[in-house]
Amino acid sequence: MFKRATNHQEPAVQITVDGLPVTARRGDTVSAAILTAGCVEPYRYTAVNGTPRAPYCMMGVCFDCLVTIDGIGNRQGCLIPVSDGMVITRQNGKREIES
Amino acid sequence: MNHTQSTNEYDVAVIGGGLLGSSIAWGLGRLGQRTCVLDEGDVTKRASRANFALVWVQSKGLGLPEYTGWTVRASETWSKLSDEIKAQTGIDVCHQRPGGFHLALSEKELEDRRLSLRRLHNQPGATDYKIEILDHDEVKKQLPHIGPDVVGGTYCPLDGHVNSLRYLRAIHSALKTSGVDYRPEHRVSTIEHRNGEFKISTEQGEIRAGKVVLAAGNANMTLAHMVGLKAPMSPTRGQILVTERTVPFLGFPLTTIRQTDEGTVMIGDSREEFIDDTVQNLPINAVMADRARRMFPLLNQLNIVRTWSGIRVMPKDGFPIYDQSETCPGAFVTCCHSGVTLAPNHAFDIAPMIAKGNLDLERVGAFSARRFDQIQVQSSGYY
Amino acid sequence: MSFPESLHAAYDVIVIGAGPAGLAAAATTAEAGLRTLLVDENSAPGGQIYRAITTSPLKNSSILGKDYEAGNDLVHTFEKSGADRLAGCTVWSLDRERVVGLSCGGEARLIKAERVIIATGAMERPFPIPGWTLPGVMTIGAGQTLLKSSGLIPSGRLALAGQGPLLWLYAAQILRAGGHIAAIFDTTPLANYISAAPHLPGFVFSPYWIKGLGLIREVKRVVKIVTGVTRLEAQGKNKLQTLVWEAGSRTGSIDLDVLMLHQGVVPHVNLAMAAGIKHEWDDIQLCFRPVLDESGNSSIKGIMIAGDGAGIGGAESAAERGRLAAIDTVANLRPDALAQIPSRDNVRNRLAQTMRGRAFLDHLYRPSKVFRIPQDASTIVCRCEEITAGEIRASIAIGATGPNQLKAYRRTGMGPCQGRLCGLTVTELMADERGKSPEEIGYYRLRSPVKPISLAELASIPQDETAIKAVVRG
Repeated sequence: MFKRATNHQEPAVQITVDGLPVTARRGDTVSAAILTAGCVEPYRYTAVNGTPRAPYCMMGVCFDCLVTIDGIGNRQGCLIPVSDGMVITRQNGKREIES
Repeated sequence: MNHTQSTNEYDVAVIGGGLLGSSIAWGLGRLGQRTCVLDEGDVTKRASRANFALVWVQSKGLGLPEYTGWTVRASETWSKLSDEIKAQTGIDVCHQRPGGFHLALSEKELEDRRLSLRRLHNQPGATDYKIEILDHDEVKKQLPHIGPDVVGGTYCPLDGHVNSLRYLRAIHSALKTSGVDYRPEHRVSTIEHRNGEFKISTEQGEIRAGKVVLAAGNANMTLAHMVGLKAPMSPTRGQILVTERTVPFLGFPLTTIRQTDEGTVMIGDSREEFIDDTVQNLPINAVMADRARRMFPLLNQLNIVRTWSGIRVMPKDGFPIYDQSETCPGAFVTCCHSGVTLAPNHAFDIAPMIAKGNLDLERVGAFSARRFDQIQVQSSGYY
Repeated sequence: MSFPESLHAAYDVIVIGAGPAGLAAAATTAEAGLRTLLVDENSAPGGQIYRAITTSPLKNSSILGKDYEAGNDLVHTFEKSGADRLAGCTVWSLDRERVVGLSCGGEARLIKAERVIIATGAMERPFPIPGWTLPGVMTIGAGQTLLKSSGLIPSGRLALAGQGPLLWLYAAQILRAGGHIAAIFDTTPLANYISAAPHLPGFVFSPYWIKGLGLIREVKRVVKIVTGVTRLEAQGKNKLQTLVWEAGSRTGSIDLDVLMLHQGVVPHVNLAMAAGIKHEWDDIQLCFRPVLDESGNSSIKGIMIAGDGAGIGGAESAAERGRLAAIDTVANLRPDALAQIPSRDNVRNRLAQTMRGRAFLDHLYRPSKVFRIPQDASTIVCRCEEITAGEIRASIAIGATGPNQLKAYRRTGMGPCQGRLCGLTVTELMADERGKSPEEIGYYRLRSPVKPISLAELASIPQDETAIKAVVRG
């Protein structure tokens, strides 16, 4: 959905999204990285009716950017910067918890 | 606008639009009584918006064995109520009755529980509600996610739960289709009994009715004496935590934890003398959260999305009050803590008695407020 | 991120939010020698307006503009001030005793302050059109955040819809960054030009006049503009495909990949309301704002509010209001240090200058009722619980008189966003439907945690005997 406007000088950061390798840039939030990668659509399905959603506000108020990051569900992707080796999984419906 | 609203005259005026008042009003509407419900506005003490939604039997009735029988009856008729409401409104209130657990986190807690249940069981006239006392391994068979701190618990097959907020919407929808006038923003200031009729002053003018039912929760305290009744109350505050939605993991309701049909987990509950429902108490919330995670360690990961505090409607001894006025015939007072559990009794038993003009003392005489003239036994801390 | 060891157990001043108001307030109290902590949810300072000011990949000002660069001075002054800063830290609780609940790296803490200055700023007003929950529909603020912090521009067919200064600024920034905008749908009600006219003189003498006109000209040269838009509907199966629009009797549709919406900003009230601070309805800015004295003192002693969270005034006024709150704090906690910081009169004068022209903008960009109160029954109002305008109206019909009974009936506002994206819509819709004022209808009763925290974090808060007794009973 998004592309880089400039010749990005920031160092690359390697993450995976649903198992797919994605190259982000330092300073990107998780949501920015996913929206730029374009490899995964839709961004998530809601826990209420399973409808597709993507980030709406990008400032931490709408909670439409929720993703699982390193095994922890329902995290606000728009507030969390990417870091090397981060494992991101899209959410399909209600959050899963492990015993 | 229908004729009753334009004349402001009813067979019965129910004061209070929470679960108790609405269930009675719906029962009255079902019997063809011209009924209105007078309620307050958007922000007021509303226990019906702050309850834990259990349909609960175990541990109820210590000190008043008739309360046990009354509760068992409600647990057995809840499905009839939910079926009728669904048929009328299309709203499924998700009543489930898988049985319920109470968990103990120490040997002392389990022993205290055992003792109180034994006293309950040994009361003359006690109803047997098939409670089982279980150790850790026996609990784990039914609740596989419990943590090592759980030493055991009790299980009662009659326990269940419901989506109580959806019931509130459903019963208010049902009032509408039954022709009962639900009238919010009609806070009642005075009730007068004159010429065999009740004149009720509200913030939006006078309502007249042949009968009046007080179902205003703790506010019954101030209303009751206007019609020759009494309702000694001792409200307490309770706080609740709610998590985000998660996949189903808890097939049974517990006294202090339940997973709703929507997927959220509700964690209760405190009992506090401090009755300001606008603020939270974080140390108390922490104890609730800590106990919940010791019961189910997987809860650790879940996010708390909301908390609330509410003021319990609580008659002084913890038991329901159903009474009728001798000096103002046609005036009734109803109050109880368990507006969810007892909803079917209010709709199917209490409403017909009110329609007839007399409480059936064989069945509900034990709940008369006259008992407050005698010495009291304190009820169990869990409701 | 985690709590640093240097963090104190208590502070003279805790400032919440590192936008212009928070940066200026914290710098000023710290300069006066007060032990100050600035807490912010983002990893870098700047708030929304100066988002990523220290980290943006867009190094020169040619794309984002000179106004954005003003954020650098605020950050530098703050960094020299000696205040502590906690970044990536969420404030989830604030009570009447000024105990602040913090969450950082999965750990929770309570820290008390003599004074708390809330500088949580603004958020974009809800824009509930049919289809606004589809992937591909987002706010203009969201687009600008992606541009500032990551240098990103939309890659497909883009349209902007709505009104307000941010719309024109972002449009210009996208064009300068090499992006393309298929069309702009301007929803400014034509009648607003008349109601705003009396306030024009104040605006003409403000710096916004020249800058604003310049931006609009820059954009209009290359982008198709549809004015007087009266209806918008985003359509698509699993993502945005088409925008259908009406502008009076004109109608049309356009295929899109990204639609960005914006109709102004409103105070972000959740923390202040959950703390119990009194708010009132502002009928010009069409939002709730806290009731404050001239310095920013709220209805709760020791808690102040500065910046756009106190009522929308823009970035420059936010910084001045942050300083005013700080001066009042210093006057109370360390009056002998007043000489070291700017005088109240100077700051007041500068604040008055920055507010010049605001009335014109407020009137011109007062959003139309049709875009605040959804007319189509199927339009979602509560995004979290997926509750529509029709369901809300049906709830009013069975007796909901305000947002809190509605919440009980339909769960509106109970999701993770806690009413941020539906609260104003619900209030205004209920007011409209019931023939009442928004002030009479009121708002959701909010409580902590104002942002979700894990159960483990809440469980880690210190317990006491009374608390245990209130929960454990036989």
